[in-house]
Amino acid sequence: MFDLAELYQQLILDHNRSPRNRRRPEHPQRCAEGYNPLCGDRVTVYLSVGDDRITDVAFEGSGCAISTAAASLMTEAVKGKTVQEAKALFKRFQSMVTSGGPAMGEPGDRSLGKLDAFAGVRHFPARVKCATLAWHTLNAAIDDKTNLVTTE
Amino acid sequence: MKTVAGNAPAVADSGGGAAGGRAAGRDPYDVESVRADFPILGREINGKPLAYLDNAATAQKPDAVIEAVSGYYRQTNANIHRGVHRLSVEATEAYERARGTVQRFMGARRPEEIIFVRSATEAINLVAQAYARPKISPGDEILITTMEHHSNIVPWQILCEQTGAILRVVPINDAGELCLDEYEQLLGPRTRLVAVTHISNALGTINPVAELVATAHRHEVPVLIDGAQAAPHLPIDVTTLNCDFYTITGHKMFGPTGIGALYGRYELLEDMSPYQGGGEMILSVTFEKTTYNHVPHKFEAGTPNIAGAIGMGAAVEYLNQIGLDRIGTYEQELLAYATEKLSRIPAVRLVGTAGHKAAVLSFLVGDVHPHDVGTILDQEGIAVRTGHHCAQPVMARYGLTATVRASLAFYNTRAEIDRLAAAVEKVREIFA
Repeated sequence: MFDLAELYQQLILDHNRSPRNRRRPEHPQRCAEGYNPLCGDRVTVYLSVGDDRITDVAFEGSGCAISTAAASLMTEAVKGKTVQEAKALFKRFQSMVTSGGPAMGEPGDRSLGKLDAFAGVRHFPARVKCATLAWHTLNAAIDDKTNLVTTE
Repeated sequence: MKTVAGNAPAVADSGGGAAGGRAAGRDPYDVESVRADFPILGREINGKPLAYLDNAATAQKPDAVIEAVSGYYRQTNANIHRGVHRLSVEATEAYERARGTVQRFMGARRPEEIIFVRSATEAINLVAQAYARPKISPGDEILITTMEHHSNIVPWQILCEQTGAILRVVPINDAGELCLDEYEQLLGPRTRLVAVTHISNALGTINPVAELVATAHRHEVPVLIDGAQAAPHLPIDVTTLNCDFYTITGHKMFGPTGIGALYGRYELLEDMSPYQGGGEMILSVTFEKTTYNHVPHKFEAGTPNIAGAIGMGAAVEYLNQIGLDRIGTYEQELLAYATEKLSRIPAVRLVGTAGHKAAVLSFLVGDVHPHDVGTILDQEGIAVRTGHHCAQPVMARYGLTATVRASLAFYNTRAEIDRLAAAVEKVREIFA
């Protein structure tokens, strides 16, 4: 049995209550929509990249506490990073929430900063998709360059 | 059933009842001895006794069903309706005996009116393709309701795409009851079929199906009833209901997965073309001409789920032993208790408050997302469904994407309801 407090950490509850960067930017370069058919949760990630660096990132959508907080903390974590750095961070985040991340002492075993709050998710396999939905959507927004937002 | 000395609360009746013997048919209703028939109910989840409140998704299986299935594989396994050897004869008899058991359970006039299928979903697809499709012209209408499970929506949408027919939907009121006036108004000259659920899986509403059938028949429209949620909870009699098709599924009525039954009025089944082609459904095959088998075999192409049918028969016999009347009485009492208990928690909002309801409680806890509620309940050993319950139009009707759903069966107890209420309080603490 795992302590619920390990999953629902104060940082996660806080970002669920008041999500950061939950807005629709006026002129985002790209967006992607993520959908979890299992729970019906939707998230849209808006992205602007300049000089290979993420200059703005925001999201819209509603979901459970884990998915909302994950989207919120993701936007904070990747803003200002290069596209490659953001992708690498996604991999490490995914690894952390599925298997606990790199083994102690291995290269790459560094703290993910605030994102460490999601380490408890690995004990709740049914919730992994909640934590990674926004990240998958960000990844799609980065990759799919044809998926441009219209300025209608 | 195992014998358990009865000191359980009197629920169904307060009569003395026979001491000893099996729980079945004994008053008062002894929930503890019933629970002893279900091995999985002895499990612990996260260090807590399992409280299984997800029966509308699938129900647990009693020893009688588990043993019927494994006994078939251990003693009887052979293919049916072919071969003269002993095992094949025994397997065929067991399979057809199960058909008879299901026939009597549903109140059908003859066993040929029962077609074994994979699920209620397959039964509805069968009716859509083998019954409705050849009769439908562009502009014809199929009438369903807002509270249907996706399985009673999508097969009709596919049919509409194939034929140019139009899907019409009967609305529901805020309590989750069908709007009967609109229902009658929607029955028009182009309506070719009504497909309606007996009990809503997401809201628990019990529809007045006999009345719906009578109204439709006045307009000469046949009716399919999706009884997947009804079969485990109330007695079904297709002859009295006078419906044209009725579908049930084994796994929601304490039988195996992968088996269900379609009741169809004999004359309609006789008229219909096959649903799938293959072995079993033919009398003779040449490359020039194939002659189809008689009803019901015409609709059972390929080797069927023999063990599943036998297991479903065993589940029906088990339900008969306890008695659906007693089950209904017990579950209604449990529903009243749970409704009272949850309503007393200020943050809880019940979704689906029909006057005539099965033991399903769909609810929200403040603005906490149902998935978060589900995870916290799971930590307490309580299994509930969270999400849209494969009924997204119902959720949309209430402006929701998801609810928490506790769906009860006759083996659930007041103590489990108390644990549910306590766990909901815990949700409120965490998300305070």
